[in-house]
Amino acid sequence: MAVTEHAPSGARRTVRPARHTAKRWNPNKRRKSWKLTAVMTLGLIYSLLPLFWLLVNASKTQANLFSTNGMWFGGHFALLDNVRQTLTYNGDEFLHWFGNTLIYVVVGAGGATFLATIGGYGLAKFDFPGKRGVLAVVLGAVAVPSTALAVPTFLMYSKIGLVNTPWAIIIPSLINPFGLYLMWIFARDAIPNELLEAARVDGAREWRIFFSITSRLLRPGMITVLLFAVVATWNNYLLPLVMLNNPKLYPLTVGLVQWDAQSQEAGGAPIFNLVLTGSLLMIIPIMIVFLVMQRYWQSGLTAGSVKQ
Amino acid sequence: MTVLSAASPPNTRGKKLKPRRRRKWTGWGFVGPFLLVFLFVLVAPVVYAVYLSLYQDKLIGGNRFAGLANYTQALGDSQFWTGFERVVLFLVVQVPIMLILALAVGLAIDSARLHWAPLYRIAIFLPYAVPAVVGALMWGYLYGNQFGFIADLNSWFHTTLPNPLDNTLMLPAIGNIVTWEFIGYNMLIFYSALRVIPGDLFEAAELDNASQWQIIWHIKLPALRPAILIATVFSIIGSFQLFTEPSVLYPLNKDVIGSAYTPNLYAYYLSFNGQEYNYSATIAIIMGVLTVIVAYAIQRIGQRKQEA
Repeated sequence: MAVTEHAPSGARRTVRPARHTAKRWNPNKRRKSWKLTAVMTLGLIYSLLPLFWLLVNASKTQANLFSTNGMWFGGHFALLDNVRQTLTYNGDEFLHWFGNTLIYVVVGAGGATFLATIGGYGLAKFDFPGKRGVLAVVLGAVAVPSTALAVPTFLMYSKIGLVNTPWAIIIPSLINPFGLYLMWIFARDAIPNELLEAARVDGAREWRIFFSITSRLLRPGMITVLLFAVVATWNNYLLPLVMLNNPKLYPLTVGLVQWDAQSQEAGGAPIFNLVLTGSLLMIIPIMIVFLVMQRYWQSGLTAGSVKQ
Repeated sequence: MTVLSAASPPNTRGKKLKPRRRRKWTGWGFVGPFLLVFLFVLVAPVVYAVYLSLYQDKLIGGNRFAGLANYTQALGDSQFWTGFERVVLFLVVQVPIMLILALAVGLAIDSARLHWAPLYRIAIFLPYAVPAVVGALMWGYLYGNQFGFIADLNSWFHTTLPNPLDNTLMLPAIGNIVTWEFIGYNMLIFYSALRVIPGDLFEAAELDNASQWQIIWHIKLPALRPAILIATVFSIIGSFQLFTEPSVLYPLNKDVIGSAYTPNLYAYYLSFNGQEYNYSATIAIIMGVLTVIVAYAIQRIGQRKQEA
């Protein structure tokens, strides 16, 4: 519904469903309020201050972290040097973790999106025995938090020997009930039944219809689901923490926490500057994804909270 | 049954496409792959954990069926219940604060009275892009007295502020991290729901000379009900499953956080340090069931209010 691929014409307009655009009462006539803006600026500062602090402190050497004021740049500007050290510390550990995270994200989130897309399409456009049961079970699973599953999944995977392999991270990432729900709704509204019937009359096979026709119509929904899945996998912490004890397989999240633990440990080598720089490096790609794909977030959340 | 299907939209949908009434198995071809992986990823671990929870592994006697012994042990386990009470306290205080702030921000951004509204929307949403691990690491440093914000305040004003990481303030400190991470996310849920309120409602209100507060009270808040319900349910699930933040802050004050700060932390500890797999599975199941029950109850209460 709200996810249409028309060109963004100003951020406010992009996610509004087309059918309201004409009728919508025009709020832009209203007077702006400086008082409200001032109050909201407090919220803005609260949201951005820690990120600013991270940027400032990622540009300091380990020694200057402790000797200079934390809220402003001080001493030697060491950001580039920190980045170099972060990338090469302990045999390019960080780069390995980054590569692992990428693999988990690409295979896990990509697979999750594919499964959710065909599943959602199947639920929306076909009638088959057992469909109501499938819907009830899968949608009920939206309420099952992934953290609650981590320990049981670990216990099972250690029994069948999947622990300490990349599959232990990838397989659980493949299922995203919320993604299936979004695709179900999206496919229901975005694909005209007449189109499918016409294709069937022409004698096209169902999978051919899917790949050549419907998958294109489903693309905006797929991007939304992909976005949710990418963020969930990128940020995944508990699952890799329980599944992996081989540092070579760690994703960035677990690796950074290990660096932090090493720094906090009495007698350990403190590398706070690297933890900070690593954190900064880790959030930059995901923030870019966020900013570029903003409108897909909003449409996903609209579908999740408003639709039936 | 489901969290999501409960939320009926405030505006009735225009036209509803009916799925093809073809009683055929073709649909299974699309839904099958998702369902197969679903069984392996979600159902199997739960079943295996239930099985484990019914057994006990003793030094003498080995592995044998124990009936509900693990469950009776958990019922009398003060460590578990202290952790449980802690997350309930967290939920009762943090969730309302966060949601009310998010609601206020969402209404302010939607009000069209804010200067540069898109800037505020993006900036306040941005912390959600920060992985929980990085968020917790960052705030942990900010709270710290070495090179954090608290240390700076102390040196600027020559004060000795209470340490946010000590026994009494740890829970509020964690609450602040979670609030920081999720205000933007919830704000966007509310904002997205506000964007799809039909414009003619506002036109009518304008003709009646309704004040801004009246419009918020009589039009916007009722329309937001399903979104608020969804946000509440997800926030409650999140609080019950609290793990990442206390786990990352653990090295900063091991005595306060300990091994059973939250039920999830406890289940993790039992598996990895205690090797008590059977009992760990029991704790995970009890917590999962309690989470689903509470989420379900909140949803029912919300629905009933909506109908009334």
